[in-house]
Amino acid sequence: MALLQITEPGQAIDPHLRKRAAGIDLGTTNSLIATYREGSVDTVADADGGHLLPSVVRYLADNTTVVGKLALAAAKQDPANTLLSVKRLLGRGIEDVNKLGDQLPYHFNAQATGMPLIDVVSGTVSPVEASAEILKTLVQRAEATLAGSLDGVVITVPAYFDEAQRQATKDAATIANINVLRLLSEPTAAAVAYGLDSGAEGVVAIYDLGGGTFDISLLKLNKGVFEVLSTGGDSALGGDDFDHCIAEWIIRQAEFKAQPSLSQSRGLMLAARSIKEQLTTQQQVIVAVDLDGLNYTGELSRDQFDEMIKPLVTGSIKACRRAVRDAGVSLEDIHSVIMVGGSTRVPVVVSAVADYFKAQPLTSIDPDRVVAIGAAIQANILVGNKPDDEMLLLDVLPLSLGLETVGGLAEKIIHRNTTIPIAKAQEFTTYKDGQTAMLIHVLQGERELVTDCRSLARFELKGIPPMVAGAAKIGVLFQVDADGLLTVSATELSQGIEAKVEVKPSYGLADDEVARMLKASFEFAQEDVDNRTLMEARVEAQSVVDAVQNALTVDGEKLLSEAEIKTLELAMHNLEQALVQNDGQNGVQNDGQNDVRVLEDLTRALAAASDDFASRRMDASVRSALSGHTIDEFEKD
Amino acid sequence: MDFKQNFFQIFQIQPGFNLDLTQLSSDYRALQKNVHPDKFAAASAQEKRLAVQWTAQINEAYDTLKSPLLRAIYLLKLEGVEIQHNPALEAAFLFQQIELREQLEAIESSDEQALEQLDQFSQQIKDLLAGYEHDFALVAVAPMDIKVAEQIVYKIQFVSKLLVGANQLEEKLLGY
Repeated sequence: MALLQITEPGQAIDPHLRKRAAGIDLGTTNSLIATYREGSVDTVADADGGHLLPSVVRYLADNTTVVGKLALAAAKQDPANTLLSVKRLLGRGIEDVNKLGDQLPYHFNAQATGMPLIDVVSGTVSPVEASAEILKTLVQRAEATLAGSLDGVVITVPAYFDEAQRQATKDAATIANINVLRLLSEPTAAAVAYGLDSGAEGVVAIYDLGGGTFDISLLKLNKGVFEVLSTGGDSALGGDDFDHCIAEWIIRQAEFKAQPSLSQSRGLMLAARSIKEQLTTQQQVIVAVDLDGLNYTGELSRDQFDEMIKPLVTGSIKACRRAVRDAGVSLEDIHSVIMVGGSTRVPVVVSAVADYFKAQPLTSIDPDRVVAIGAAIQANILVGNKPDDEMLLLDVLPLSLGLETVGGLAEKIIHRNTTIPIAKAQEFTTYKDGQTAMLIHVLQGERELVTDCRSLARFELKGIPPMVAGAAKIGVLFQVDADGLLTVSATELSQGIEAKVEVKPSYGLADDEVARMLKASFEFAQEDVDNRTLMEARVEAQSVVDAVQNALTVDGEKLLSEAEIKTLELAMHNLEQALVQNDGQNGVQNDGQNDVRVLEDLTRALAAASDDFASRRMDASVRSALSGHTIDEFEKD
Repeated sequence: MDFKQNFFQIFQIQPGFNLDLTQLSSDYRALQKNVHPDKFAAASAQEKRLAVQWTAQINEAYDTLKSPLLRAIYLLKLEGVEIQHNPALEAAFLFQQIELREQLEAIESSDEQALEQLDQFSQQIKDLLAGYEHDFALVAVAPMDIKVAEQIVYKIQFVSKLLVGANQLEEKLLGY
């Protein structure tokens, strides 16, 4: 807090200083990007006017990729090199892939351990890299429209995404060279799109029925603060299942006994989908299927269709009931229900939802676009375009975090539904004389056995001072940030020695792998890489200088002694000098790496020198937040 | 922020068991609006790091204080008492617990009106819980009788677990 950005309330941002922000809905079947143009927010269309980008990446022999509609069109002729639904693989392990079964016609790399890797014509790719291609395509679309590069992006993830899946999403953004302001949960984004953050109080239900997944989330709104109360759903229920119902009905009507061939199945599914869509506006449609021996002509009424899909719709309502219960609220508390996902266009779905919640669901924003739009609204605020906006989105940890203990048991350290960010300290000791290292296995899930939870990472603590067994006390701090991402740090408490933490993500990429992929993905020359690091170091240095300067002007005299101000000013002066010397105008000099190091060292020094000041300002601001007093009333210590 | 502050100090309230939960929740939101990392999305890495630490501390304080059981355990901790995993309890209390467990099992195997019976049972448990919380509030004033306070916390723990069991049975009966 401390180093607050000061802007007068109501003061408009100079249009030239307006930053470019966007919201991305990275979906299983389709992805979208939304942004502000001329003051209003909407999704961005491609050259043909299509807003949905099929989440499909095709790898070609010449090392290039095709993303979207063209890739989807090639899926049938080139299944091994055309990756669909990679979101299902993000942050997942090889054994999860085996569970997905034959849905995926790819050649999985046999050498891969942990994260699944796919062999394509141009090499081996991870789901993270494929997702990065989708992100890059979306960003290019937005940047072409806005005529400039994006300053920051909010990416949405399902509310139930675990740490590994969130980390994989963020890694994909890093590889695509995107500055992520926040990972936002999809239902929260939908609520933001409907503007429910302003004024409305109470509980909102978000019913999200996509092509292959169903999610129900309950959010509590109170004075601009969103809290996720509960989530539920079915990862194997979606509009595609409605198509299957119609397809099976056609097979029965046609009295077709054999196993349909691949092309017959495909034709059936296309016909079924079209029938489903027509039944959204019509009471009765003509069915005419002629697929190489699988023939049927007749009629299907909406009532018949409703009856067919009834078990599926009822199943989704059952999940709603459970989510309401988990949230500890009653139906009367729920004042709005938002519909998300293309499959919510089916009328019987809308009426079933309306019946259960006893409220007319909100459908005025296109259910395909609503999540991306909400993400763009938050991105615009986070990037700094609306400094006096009150909105604050609080998220919870979707699954408990735990540690492996003796006997293969999982001990929970942070429980699910805890508001994040959160930190928990845990104390460990050595069990052997002279032990200098220790392995911590972090898990996520609700079950008691390690084998029933998801393995997130193994942390190896090194550099523990050798002592007799049980004498070393190692304090391990588990910290989950606002995106739901975990970091671990450790200190030997009796001697105060920082232990080194080495992370081995179970299904993710290590930091150096992400850096390598970023480099490979942009085919940077070494010089470009140096330029980039120098620019980043300069931006960070400048932002620390600005923040300290600003803080000194506002609160320096109130909260600091003269000597303390002098120390800060000196550290600031040193860094400003370094910024002048390495102005980046002529690119990187021969000692580019050195320039970066000097800037980074001085930035760290200034940050360290201002840490205490920052804390005091924070404290003062917290006190004023509670008492309604102004910061001026708090004197220096 | 001073990380050595206790959870009550963070919210600028006197340590005690009786709390105005509505006030606590609105104070919590006021704090979050000042410290949440989203308010620092465009700020320097240093500020982002501090914001995460501060918010984590405030979240933990709020989670602890808003739950009667965690609040009671925390008050004992401030008095230097760590909760034991296998505490010794009065025989009378343990017998009562066994009886209540048996009642719950009987409800599970009964064919008729299991849900109605369970509703009554849950209400009974909630009343019991409210009683112990009331007892704790009376004890948790300075100078605290730590031995008595500790015993009440164990009772709250036991009864809370029973309530969880009742809720799980309800889910089962409703077919979730």
